[in-house]
Amino acid sequence: MIFKKFSIENKKARDLIPQAITVLALLSVIIYFATNAQINMGNRGISFGFGFLNQEASFDITFSMIEYDGSHSYGRAFLVGLLNTILVSAIGIFFATITGVIVGISRLSDNYLIAKVAEWYVEIFRNIPLILQIFFWYFAALRALPLPENGISFYDISFLTIKGWYIPKFIWTNFNIFLLSIIAAVIAIYFINSYATKQREQFGKQIPATIISLATLILIPLITFLFLGVSLTFEYPVLKQLSPTVFTYAGGVSIIPELIALALALSMYTATFIAENVRAGILGVGKGQKEAAASIGLNKNQILKLVVMPQALRIIIPPTTNQYLNLTKNSSLAAAIAYPDIVLVFAGTALMQTGRAIEIISITMLTYLTLSISISIFMNWYNKKMAIKEK
Amino acid sequence: MNLIAKPSKENIKTYVPTGLFLVSLSLLDVFANAFFNLNLMEFLPSQLSYFLPLILGFIGFYLIRIEFSGVRYLDILNKNINSNNFNALLTLFTIFIIIKSIPPMLDWFILEANFVGNSKDDCTGDGACWVFIKVWFNRFMYGLYPDAEQWRINTAFLILFAIVGISFFASEKLKKYFILFLIFVFPFLGIKLISGGSFGLEYVESAAWGGLSLTFIISAFAILFCFPIGVILALGRRSSLPAIKYISIGFIELWRGVPLITVLFMSAVMFPMFLPDGTFIDKLIRVLIAITLFEAAYMAEVVRGGLQALPKGQYEAAKSLGMGYWRMNALIILPQALKLVIPGIANTLLALVKDTPLIFVVGLMELAGMIGLAKTNPKWLGMAMEGYVFAGLVFWVICYAMSRYSQNLEKKLSTER
Repeated sequence: MIFKKFSIENKKARDLIPQAITVLALLSVIIYFATNAQINMGNRGISFGFGFLNQEASFDITFSMIEYDGSHSYGRAFLVGLLNTILVSAIGIFFATITGVIVGISRLSDNYLIAKVAEWYVEIFRNIPLILQIFFWYFAALRALPLPENGISFYDISFLTIKGWYIPKFIWTNFNIFLLSIIAAVIAIYFINSYATKQREQFGKQIPATIISLATLILIPLITFLFLGVSLTFEYPVLKQLSPTVFTYAGGVSIIPELIALALALSMYTATFIAENVRAGILGVGKGQKEAAASIGLNKNQILKLVVMPQALRIIIPPTTNQYLNLTKNSSLAAAIAYPDIVLVFAGTALMQTGRAIEIISITMLTYLTLSISISIFMNWYNKKMAIKEK
Repeated sequence: MNLIAKPSKENIKTYVPTGLFLVSLSLLDVFANAFFNLNLMEFLPSQLSYFLPLILGFIGFYLIRIEFSGVRYLDILNKNINSNNFNALLTLFTIFIIIKSIPPMLDWFILEANFVGNSKDDCTGDGACWVFIKVWFNRFMYGLYPDAEQWRINTAFLILFAIVGISFFASEKLKKYFILFLIFVFPFLGIKLISGGSFGLEYVESAAWGGLSLTFIISAFAILFCFPIGVILALGRRSSLPAIKYISIGFIELWRGVPLITVLFMSAVMFPMFLPDGTFIDKLIRVLIAITLFEAAYMAEVVRGGLQALPKGQYEAAKSLGMGYWRMNALIILPQALKLVIPGIANTLLALVKDTPLIFVVGLMELAGMIGLAKTNPKWLGMAMEGYVFAGLVFWVICYAMSRYSQNLEKKLSTER
């Protein structure tokens, strides 16, 4: 009996051996590394721990969306870096989507020239390393811009110079009320739409939900402007002389060239991949679908809205989300041109100052990992929801 | 009501010549403006003369838009660039932008550029200073590798190209040995030749390596190692043994979830902490391990896609022939699965090549890094544009060739008719 249990003929035992070997090997590697790390840290007199996050950071960050200076903690510096990463990713995703959709549709245009131009856009920007594109925009293209005193002016309210792009600042009064009104409008739109769907499905009544939603989105915030004391004024950037030769702009918001270069390169690079996804998605909807839709009397807009787009989106969205994720991860290249994102601020400056390599690198990687895994969980949920329900 | 008759076959004799004349007039105007800085319509108010080519071209395109005209070239033209008003406008815009952008590009790249000389002072034109590339070319190719020893890199790459070239013409049987030699023997011979230290060759430490040759070395080794690791990880992820399956999943998702730059940071600052005190692993090797593991995770997902796409019957057929796990995968499953995912594999390898410039993080300088070094040289300030345009071109040629080759391979290996 016993022999049979452990003999190589027994499937369970045969399965157990490779698994046990793998686990043991992995464990021994981890233990080896951990002991080494412990000895090394002991030698250097560092103890493992995250207490340093509360210490004073005492370094400045060139660009921050929240209040920050050297007297704040390392934890706060981490937050600044994270917000900057999110900012550049959001801008990049926005422009990459717009460019990608336009280029993707252009590639299918029946206009030969437009299709060719779009194809070459994809071929050129996809095949040049992103880091080179960032370097190109930052060190070559944006450095060719004029000095502040002869900045390129857009109707005197916005100036593009070598030191960055100066745009008017929004000054809100009672911003909270405005924000609440937007939230209220969104909730109202949700109910309007679900009501319209119900009416359509139960009674076959067509309610122009899109127009009503749009009107709600404009009207409710407008009411706050008219009656609830919300107002918006602009603070324009004005040229100021610091010394006989040095000029700068006072007022307004300055968008640093690092951010411009990074957002430009990220969106132009990622747009090529999104364009390919869009193209594949539209091509993926069978011709028969369009013909069938036409034969039941739908017009061109209805075909696009009700038949082609829902099916194309099902093909387009999963790989495009992947591209968004890639863009977010690629935004870490910011470190190369000193845009203060999470890698530069935290894994760069903070690490140099504290020397806590293990903790800081782990936190940085965990942040990205959390982001990736949450997006992939969302994607799995979305795929399941959107999958064709076969009967 | 109709002031002018709609263009049709009846009035083709008058409309087409008029339309073509208007279109050529508008193109000529833009052309003269862009190339010779002449404004042919100067006698008109400035706003009008600005839009005139567009208006003329638009009317011209309208006049020649005759369906089924019977004239072959006209039909082709109309179908491809002039099918409706909107398309005509797009066509005009595209042509105008192309014409307008040619002269400045031509000026910068060739006409106003400087090709001869040895220093920045020789660059007197407004265009590019290609002297910069010429002077630094050696550094861009070989990094800080000593001049006298560069023949070693050349020899290594020459042997590589020679073997690849010969293997194209060799018979099938010999070809197999050449490929085996290329994969299992040559990389290590080559690296020994470049690093030296024995056979009377002077030792060149890896910190001195750089330039385009380093891009190639890192790409080649990472491709070589990431492929088998990726295949094993993919098989592991599909394994029925839970421990192996979950370890593979964890490994793959860990690497795929983080940016390469943090992995390189880790290999630079965190990894030494995990080694016994006093052990030192060469920077280049650490970077190579980091890139290999990173790309292997992506490769694993691509290969998994191929494995999942294979019908179950293939597995069952292989098993029914009495094949074991390894024989089944090596002889039946993988050859088919890998063929299915050639585009994905090519994309991963392309991404790998495009990622190599990131090694600047640990202080190694391949092509992009060397350009960064050269442009901060006090004697050559302000040469960033030339440098990055050059590097962009080099990388573009490499990556474009790779993607084209993969498309050909896909067609060649496709068993579908």
